[in-house]
Amino acid sequence: MEDMLFYDRMQFAFTITFHYLFPQLTMGLSLMIVFFKWKFLRTKIDKYNDAAKFWMKIFALNFAMGVVTGIPMEFQFGTNWAKFSELTGGVIGQTLAMEGMFSFFLESSFLGLFLFGEKLLGQKLHFLTGFLVFLGSWASGYLIIATHSWMQYPVGYEILENGKFVLNNFGALFSNPWLLPAFLHNQMGSVVTSSFVVAAVGAFYLLNNKHSDFGKLFVKTGVIFGLISSVLLAFPTGDWMAKNVAEHQPVTFAAMEGIFETEEGGAEIILFGQPDVENKKLDNKIAVPNILSFLTYQKWDAEIKGLNEFDESVYPTNIPGVYYAYHIMVGLGTIFIGLMLIASVQLFRKKLYKTKWVLWTLMFMLPFPYIANTTGWYTAELGRQPWLVYNLLKTADGISPTVSSGNTLFTLLGFIGLYLLLGLLFLMLAGKIINKGPETTKIN
Amino acid sequence: MELFWYIVIVAMLTIYVVLDGYDFGAGIIHLFFAKTEKDKKAITNAIGPFWDANEVWLIAVGGVLFFAFPTLYASSFSGFYLPLIMILWLLIFRAIGLELRGQIHNKIWETIWDKAFGIASLLLALFFGIALGNIVRGVNLGMVTDGVSTQEPHFFFLPLWNPTFSPQTEHLGIIDWFTLLLGIIGVVALAIHGANWIIFKTNSDLNEQLKKVVFRLNFVLLALVIASLLIWHIIEPKPFHNFIETPWLWIFPLLTFAGIFGLFKVKSFRKHGMGFLFSTLFLIGGLASTVVSIFPNVLPSTNAVNPSLTLYNVAAEDYGLTVGVYWFAIAAVLVGVYMFVQYRVFKGKMDDVGYGEH
Repeated sequence: MEDMLFYDRMQFAFTITFHYLFPQLTMGLSLMIVFFKWKFLRTKIDKYNDAAKFWMKIFALNFAMGVVTGIPMEFQFGTNWAKFSELTGGVIGQTLAMEGMFSFFLESSFLGLFLFGEKLLGQKLHFLTGFLVFLGSWASGYLIIATHSWMQYPVGYEILENGKFVLNNFGALFSNPWLLPAFLHNQMGSVVTSSFVVAAVGAFYLLNNKHSDFGKLFVKTGVIFGLISSVLLAFPTGDWMAKNVAEHQPVTFAAMEGIFETEEGGAEIILFGQPDVENKKLDNKIAVPNILSFLTYQKWDAEIKGLNEFDESVYPTNIPGVYYAYHIMVGLGTIFIGLMLIASVQLFRKKLYKTKWVLWTLMFMLPFPYIANTTGWYTAELGRQPWLVYNLLKTADGISPTVSSGNTLFTLLGFIGLYLLLGLLFLMLAGKIINKGPETTKIN
Repeated sequence: MELFWYIVIVAMLTIYVVLDGYDFGAGIIHLFFAKTEKDKKAITNAIGPFWDANEVWLIAVGGVLFFAFPTLYASSFSGFYLPLIMILWLLIFRAIGLELRGQIHNKIWETIWDKAFGIASLLLALFFGIALGNIVRGVNLGMVTDGVSTQEPHFFFLPLWNPTFSPQTEHLGIIDWFTLLLGIIGVVALAIHGANWIIFKTNSDLNEQLKKVVFRLNFVLLALVIASLLIWHIIEPKPFHNFIETPWLWIFPLLTFAGIFGLFKVKSFRKHGMGFLFSTLFLIGGLASTVVSIFPNVLPSTNAVNPSLTLYNVAAEDYGLTVGVYWFAIAAVLVGVYMFVQYRVFKGKMDDVGYGEH
């Protein structure tokens, strides 16, 4: 039984982590492609259309990876988490089915038109199909996060005698206080990823002295989108999220922040340290006094309950995991804002394209938004453990009762092998497209 | 309410089989009959802008099943664990076969992805046929051994096969001679369907040859269907009781045979879409006949201890099902509009779409 739970969790964690590398770029990049296409329609400068077309190639590849790794996610609710599906399907089945009906059809129908229909449709309709792809991908994010929000903060349900969750208020699924901050925070995270990718490719061209015109356009666009999104990522959306956790899951909040002792006169913010859960303390602590109280409640001396205030039975399963995930995310988020600020200043002074060290940094930053997005999700998911539905249904009670651990390990190994192959192919082909660079065409 | 969602799901599943079915069929044709680069281009152009949207129907069926019949979703997805995960892997190979082939111009690269696309399509057609076979045959719900349930009455797990490949033992496998027969029917039917789609949507040099292929395969299909009807009673003692009690249901078997007999005239069709129309009739009729033959069961039990799963004992509660009608109606209209736009833009022959060219 222990093994079954372990392999089921590993398989879900592995497949969702790998999967989400792709949609985060899909959602952010679709916005930026729509921007390039819109600039082209407004200015009639071919360069913008060529930029849109170049990023569409990466987008198409990335989208295909997202689709093929996404279908296993929906199936795994049933294959590996049958008990969870049986008990909660009456509630979260709503939002998951809506995702299929409202967003996947929209995305996939118009992606075909967007990729192959430029000549057939004309420029304005082509822009519209791109916009609809963007809308579909964001709608998908919205409905998935509505599902996620219900698991974090269940609303609009009642529980029958046989343990089944039954929906009794459809509207509550969408007015869930968890939903809007989580959605906005997540979407900003995905725009950060796409901004950094676009800027990194631009920096690569500039440093390489190849496709310099596009290099400048990509760096500029990436830096402006990157500055706006990384600021919005922290404030107000990240701030709002953290306050939600502090209010509704205070013990998770304490674990995220690494607070063991409740301090009188206000809580410090931990910058560095290793949680020692056995002895209930933080080793090698570097902290700034009172900041956490201020950030959370706008009062320097507000009380924040430490882990020691709670009974161990309500602790998150993996406190160091939650703590590290959260600190990596916040640390990276802070670096993103700093880097984009510097780059923006240089851009404003018209020196960015010659400031080599900033360009090198932008190029090497490419993987880090992916890490930040992933650790952000780990914070949310590990923070909820041992619960599948917070305080109501344990993860251990959600697995498929008849699927043995040997069968799950078999499929987990299969997924690992197959996804390794997919990852290699993606990097190889994306690298090839980037190295070849955008092509210039004349329309006007 | 349950009946409404049952019809919705069967209809969506049928649409999925008709749409992605032509993709699988195109893959099978690609594997066995496409010799030249021109042939291959014609085939991938004919399905290129569609396959992804077609696959969404499968995801949507899964989602609506989860929402409307959560117990059935949980029971069948965990019980058919291994083949379902393998279907996912095959769908990945089908997709990357199509999408990655054109990324690098190199003989070996192209051969690898051509085969991935073709073989995955073939196996998918086989697996989906086998899946249908499993549903009609039923499973050992509650995993009864010696008259005692070892699991909750609606859960089960099937290995890929048992040593006897018999559909009548206590401990069944996914693949036995009965389900394999349905799998082969799936492959033949979808090969015909895919060939018809290619004839419909391209001006390929392959088309004349494909008409002959359809004509010949159609004999095979007819023989297999008749064979399956003759042995059906071994699996289900009274296979036609629903049709006898509700005579209008005969329309579905009728459609099936109309599809097959229509296709014998494939060589003399004037309109290129006629063949596709008839194979669509066959698929709709065949799938609907099979599914209604076990109504109201959705997954029969093969033991006497636990009752079969019916649409009434696996459904979500009334409130959820009723609310769902509202958003589903809106979504269905939108999906209709998308499909209209999509097939309107890519109407007629698609030889010049340029799928997979960079």
